[in-house]
Amino acid sequence: MIKVEIDGKACEAPQGSTILDIAKANGIDIPTLCYDPRLSPYGACRLCLVEVEGARALLPACYAKADDGMVIQTTNEKLERIRKTLVELLVSDHPMECQGCSKSGRCELQRLADKYGVTESTFTGEVHEYDLHRENPFVMRDYNKCIMCGRCIRICREVQGIGVYDFINRGFKAVPGTPYDKPMQETPCEFCGQCISTCPTGAIKARPYEDRGRVAALDMLRNACAYFKMPEEDMMKALGLEGWVTRTTCAYCGCGCQLDIHVIDNKIVEITSPLMVGSGQGNLCVKGRFGYDFVSSSERLTKPLIRKKGKFEEAEWDEALDLVAKKLSETKKKSCPDSIGVFSSARATNEDNYLVQKFARAVIGTNNVDHCARL
Amino acid sequence: MSDNGNGHRYKVVLGYGTCGIAAGATAVKDALEEEVKKGSYDVDLDIAGCMGLCFIEPVVEIFDRQGGSVVYGDITAKKVPQLLEEHVGKGQVIEDWVVKKSEDPEACEGDFLANQLRVVLRNCGKINPESIEEYIQIGGYEAAKKALTSMTPEEVIDEVSTSGIRGRGGAGFPTGTKWGFARKSPGEEKYLICNADEGDPGAFMDRSVLEGDPHSVLEGMILAGFAIGARQGYIYCRAEYPLALKRLDIAIEECHQKGFLGEGIFGTDWSFEVKVKKGAGAFVCGEETAMMASIEGQRGMPNPRPPFPATHGLWGKPTNINNVETFAAIPWIIAEGGEKYAEIGTEKSKGTKVFCLAGKVRRTGLAEVPMGYTLRQVIFDVGGGIAEGREFKAVQMGGPSGGCLPAEKLDTQVDYDQITAAGAIIGSGGMIVADNRTCMVDLARYFLSFTQDESCGKCTPCRIGTKRMLEILERICEGKGEPEDIEKLQVLAGDIKDASLCALGGTAPNPVLTTLRYFKDEYEDHIFNHKCAAGSCPALITLRIDPETCTGCAACVKVCPTDAITGEKKEPHVIDAEACIRCKMCLSRCPSESIIAE
Ligand SMILES: Cc1cc2nc3c(=O)[nH]c(=O)nc-3n(C[C@H](O)[C@H](O)[C@H](O)COP(=O)(O)O)c2cc1C
Ligand code: SF4
Ligand code: SF4
Ligand code: SF4
Ligand code: SF4
Ligand code: SF4
Ligand code: FES
Repeated sequence: MIKVEIDGKACEAPQGSTILDIAKANGIDIPTLCYDPRLSPYGACRLCLVEVEGARALLPACYAKADDGMVIQTTNEKLERIRKTLVELLVSDHPMECQGCSKSGRCELQRLADKYGVTESTFTGEVHEYDLHRENPFVMRDYNKCIMCGRCIRICREVQGIGVYDFINRGFKAVPGTPYDKPMQETPCEFCGQCISTCPTGAIKARPYEDRGRVAALDMLRNACAYFKMPEEDMMKALGLEGWVTRTTCAYCGCGCQLDIHVIDNKIVEITSPLMVGSGQGNLCVKGRFGYDFVSSSERLTKPLIRKKGKFEEAEWDEALDLVAKKLSETKKKSCPDSIGVFSSARATNEDNYLVQKFARAVIGTNNVDHCARL
Repeated sequence: MSDNGNGHRYKVVLGYGTCGIAAGATAVKDALEEEVKKGSYDVDLDIAGCMGLCFIEPVVEIFDRQGGSVVYGDITAKKVPQLLEEHVGKGQVIEDWVVKKSEDPEACEGDFLANQLRVVLRNCGKINPESIEEYIQIGGYEAAKKALTSMTPEEVIDEVSTSGIRGRGGAGFPTGTKWGFARKSPGEEKYLICNADEGDPGAFMDRSVLEGDPHSVLEGMILAGFAIGARQGYIYCRAEYPLALKRLDIAIEECHQKGFLGEGIFGTDWSFEVKVKKGAGAFVCGEETAMMASIEGQRGMPNPRPPFPATHGLWGKPTNINNVETFAAIPWIIAEGGEKYAEIGTEKSKGTKVFCLAGKVRRTGLAEVPMGYTLRQVIFDVGGGIAEGREFKAVQMGGPSGGCLPAEKLDTQVDYDQITAAGAIIGSGGMIVADNRTCMVDLARYFLSFTQDESCGKCTPCRIGTKRMLEILERICEGKGEPEDIEKLQVLAGDIKDASLCALGGTAPNPVLTTLRYFKDEYEDHIFNHKCAAGSCPALITLRIDPETCTGCAACVKVCPTDAITGEKKEPHVIDAEACIRCKMCLSRCPSESIIAE
């Protein structure tokens, strides 16, 4: 353990913690933009710069490891002036059209601009005018809103192990992109939407909502966030709309990622995952994030079906299970246990799959057991 | 080389670095070879790297058997037959073409060389860089052999510490101390990197050393590798230096053949390998962490420090990075002793430094001088003062990261601390001289446009901040400056310096800050009076012809792209201010300097 002092407060932390880790653990707020706890630190936005006694330069709290005995200031006149300048610079190359931006209320830049009272930048000059990328059904990119935090690049590379993006060009012209600016479907992209989940601004958005599923009530909520300068969570609490979000576990696979299902008028409008919660830590795959159409699909089976006279008929669970048990017992007796095979699913948990093989081996008495994920 | 080996009476050495080749050395080489083939001259032909006399390339040096030599400048293919006939054939020196005779170092342009002290450039222009034999003949690889066979790594580091040498790549960090950190850093696997990225506009000393004397850099690296415990070295050299890369490849191959690189070098159980890594010519890749990212195959973007390369460097291993010039001085220090090196220079800045003289100075080129020379000595005694007899205005030191010093600072000594106190940096040694026709606002704008283009774009203050500063400067140069612009520049510059991730952004505002410090009146003149006193900013000047001095030669008429100049032959001409686009083409052509921009 090491001991440090942050803003006059004595703090203890495990060796190897960053200054930001310790500050967070002690309820001290340091603004960040390029930081995401799921990713390796990067130190690019410079919002988290802090002053460390005896250090030659300001240090990025998200990156710098704390040393025993460090005396750290996270806020003072100089630091706040620098932070304000940084926000002004970012805003000077950003279309501040928060009303109408589907990131409003969750946008980290918007929150900082509000905090530092930056509505219009004191710096004027060239502003980027990139074309929108909307070449696939899942991810749309609007680099006019990009703040170059590199989070999309890192999450794709570090968490997904893919590496669809990197920066292209230098200086003011630097921007994230795909190899040779190819559409994402021509890259190894899996459309997991992880880049959407980490992008702090409206530069990467979920296209299903943006294009197909815009819901007036949700747009109003986001505009209200922009107008009243409130984060989405606070606004929902204030309006008593907590019921719009349901925390649940993804039903697709045994990873059991946590989902926040956003439901309005009994219709799913979006799925997100709470950061650093549960086994997924805020990460989702393409199925968990985008595969929600089935929930309200008219083709969805909600009851077991039994084929009677060549036609499927709806039945009750007890009836269906009894039928299956009967047929299995008959077959086992008539032929032999090995005439039965059991096929399980990756959508079941490990525990469920364990029970399936136990059932096959101990109850039925066969080793004919398999699983869809073995490929 | 004075000894011409196989007994010929003369040895003719052609300066064959990039600067010489650009000035036409290849044609001279062909002519020399052809003449020698034809005639029956008692002569050896050889090539060498740049001698530093860039202002008078192509250069040919003719050695006699007694060790005397004569340096000829501005040699063309046409001059070759006469040169060989008179000097080699008849033994007669062609006085008019001589740059410097070894017996008479004071003669004419010879001041350029006479006022220098050459440690790093000791072999440049003297030996054939493509021949390890020539390097060995003058004592090459003796230092490495001595160190590896009779010294401990700690002793090598001590010797370097005693010399007091500070890194020549820009930051001026004491090299012995740096090696000490790398040596003590725990870990079996360590790396050594030679920084040959050389991205500063106006700097070319590293290229000249690599082209002219690659072996001293390799020998320096062998010594450093042994001292810190690294068995693998990298040379990160920009791909725009094809000749340097070629000569490095040759030198490395020759070293392997001699057993100076590879396993068990100099008969010891120490091994050392060097790989050359080509960079794509990004200024930011000269920054240590960006360079390591680039060597690892990633985009060349810096990472915050700490952790420092000495503990977490290339592939996460302890790594030591030094500049080409630093490495090239090391064999001299080990051979001659650290104390001898420390005798040169000032209290806190030891040894010599190579400067690249460029801009409006009379003799552009490479000059190596002892630390402690004044700027005046470097620019006037070595550089010969301002070109075309104009007035000195300022010198931009240390490239885009450095600062601009005015005439009243000319007596500042070249010393890390003094130059820094004056507001500039020694940096990599670029000296760009400005005369009274140079606009200081425009000069600052130029350097900022360079850093903005070369910024990697990673961090906010550098990516957007320098862009906004540049836009303000552009506005001022266009006569659209606003009264609050100076204050805006100053505040923004301060925040960019404090907040940038790496030293590229951290130093980018320096040219603006120093020109504001020393030439604020020029900024004010642009903003409030819409005037550019240097007659440089196109939007703020008008051009006219002085009827008193104009001879009516019509040289200006021929170059004017808009036909704005008219006049009778041999009569004073006039410029139609409406038609003139202020490109200043005429200004540079007028032989009587009759065209006035104000
Ligand atoms: C933007 C930037 C560019 C640099 N370019 C170079 C370069 O081209 N060559 C070089 O030797 N050092 C360069 N440096 C300095 C190096 O990072 C490093 O300090 C140096 O190579 C260390 O060697 P030394 O101790 O021998 O000086 C640069 C630094 C920065 C911040
Ligand atoms: S990305 Fe953020 S700051 Fe930008 S318009 Fe959208 S909500 Fe506003
Ligand atoms: S959707 Fe997933 S795989 Fe595709 S770019 Fe984004 S993070 Fe990478
Ligand atoms: S697209 Fe989003 S996540 Fe990616 S760099 Fe830009 S702002 Fe950051
Ligand atoms: S399907 Fe995807 S989102 Fe759902 S639990 Fe599995 S990995 Fe997580
Ligand atoms: S200061 Fe400039 S060059 Fe350095 S990391 Fe930041 S953007 Fe890149
Ligand atoms: S959050 Fe630390 S630099 Fe961006």
